[in-house]
Amino acid sequence: MTALDSLVGHEPLHEPLIDVHAHFHSPFTNRADWAGYNASRLAAGATMGVRAHVASVLGTWGYTSPTYFSSPEDQSRANAWMLAYAAQHGPLVHAYVAVNPNFTEHALAECATGMAAGGIGIKLAAGRRADDVLLDDIADCAAQHGVPVLQHIFQHRRRDWPNQDASDGIELARLAARHPRTTFLLAHIGGGGDWAHTFPAVLDVPNIVMDLSGSGIDRGMIDEALRWVGASRLLWAADVTLCTGLTKRRALAHLDASPDELQAMCWGNAVRIFPPGSFTAVLGPDRAPRPTALEAQ
Amino acid sequence: MTRPIDVNAWIGGYPFRELPHPEPDILCRVLDREGFDGAWVGHLPGAWHRDVTPSNRALLAALAPHRDMLQPALMVRPDWPGWERALRDAVSAGAPAIRVYPAQWGLAPGHSGLTELALACGEQGVVLHVTVRFEDLRQRHPMDGVGDVPAATLRAIARAAGSACHLVVAGAARELIEETHWGLTVGEQARVWYDFHWVWGPPEEHFAHLVRTLGPSRLTWSSWWPLRLTQQAGALVDLLPDDLQARVRAEPFVGGGEIRSSAQRAASLYIGNAKGTSAVSNR
Repeated sequence: MTALDSLVGHEPLHEPLIDVHAHFHSPFTNRADWAGYNASRLAAGATMGVRAHVASVLGTWGYTSPTYFSSPEDQSRANAWMLAYAAQHGPLVHAYVAVNPNFTEHALAECATGMAAGGIGIKLAAGRRADDVLLDDIADCAAQHGVPVLQHIFQHRRRDWPNQDASDGIELARLAARHPRTTFLLAHIGGGGDWAHTFPAVLDVPNIVMDLSGSGIDRGMIDEALRWVGASRLLWAADVTLCTGLTKRRALAHLDASPDELQAMCWGNAVRIFPPGSFTAVLGPDRAPRPTALEAQ
Repeated sequence: MTRPIDVNAWIGGYPFRELPHPEPDILCRVLDREGFDGAWVGHLPGAWHRDVTPSNRALLAALAPHRDMLQPALMVRPDWPGWERALRDAVSAGAPAIRVYPAQWGLAPGHSGLTELALACGEQGVVLHVTVRFEDLRQRHPMDGVGDVPAATLRAIARAAGSACHLVVAGAARELIEETHWGLTVGEQARVWYDFHWVWGPPEEHFAHLVRTLGPSRLTWSSWWPLRLTQQAGALVDLLPDDLQARVRAEPFVGGGEIRSSAQRAASLYIGNAKGTSAVSNR
């Protein structure tokens, strides 16, 4: 029980959490406090009950190439560091292999190397629109390896934003429709933009699931997401603000959701979409993946 | 431990999206659940109205059955004819704070009306309450074209010469708070409080940084109901590093009750010192 749990009577958080959208900083970055940043993430995660962080490093976070347009060299170095960090902190930390789709051969090679080294997902940021054909080989690659693709999304992109070729739900839906065997994790419905636009955009594309992360904590956002796509397509996550992650975790308790649905959002869906056994060590053998309502149908 | 008064809640609808159940009886239940003793409550639709008088009237009527928990934070537009009367009415109605929305009302930094209102609030012992934003800039409706309230506006209010005004700033993140706080004298700093709902916690640790540098006594509790999830303030506090957990137990964050009491004490001193030089009474 945390300090405020005792102060205001929050229910203790029994369900473990898997953070499917995490980031770390490597030494090859633009901030001197990178190690403290990483330590803060692990410490806060432990306080909240995060059993696993599935994380990526986006190049040098702008130090030697732009965050969303990282150079192949920067991204290779970032992936190597992330995979080593995951190995060092396993099974608490797992790695995505982040790639820049403008460099297809490099991206595919990174995926092959990264999956062999323990990566469990592919991270696509905003180097190219999600519906661009350059992403097709990477989506195929994800299906071959049986890993999900975490796609950075701007909710309802009404204009171009600086330093990124951001995509929105409609653009990801086009890619997902071309690759029905690949699971796409639509990033951070609370991460900026109009989330209400995203839910109808992905409703009919069942291989898109969504993470709840982002600094946005609008009342009604998670309720609407649940209403549109159901608990089997929602995954709790934090991204760069663990505080809003804890807020959302506490808010889940007040949703119109069953215990099974809460479990699915906190960790069950993560167990389902990532390679088998990825989280067995942190969840225990009794927390086996369950078929979703969607799969049951 | 004393339960704090929430300094930032509203009732009523929002022009740009649906809000679940923004009614006062729901707010009372949420405040109790989240550990608040009560709240300063504004009327959300009025922020976009030209004449805020009907909105204030609606707020008072809606809160009447709930005044043990919900205190009206009424709006006063200092660029509107007769604002001095509106302020007196608000004080008479028991408002602990006067809400202003400089961005929505087109009041630029240094607007003389804001300065006069700040002086008058100081005299009357009511808190002046500025909302920096309602939503993140990235998600705003195309018709919601105004930006956030800049730090220059806040500094100008806090710097008003001879002011006893107690200022609460709602919706600021680390940068805006620091640009304001470190741009004020020690005396001016002591009359400004910041709600911390929009400040980032770990791993960026902006909140921990502010607790270390400004101290808990400048930071105030809020729920941001019905726009944002009310659990955020508590989550930020719970995720403070261990050394700061001890500090904030010894030196708690501030609630609306303490700020209001301080404003009232300052006003009584002001009246005692000024002897009839009231900005409002001289108008």
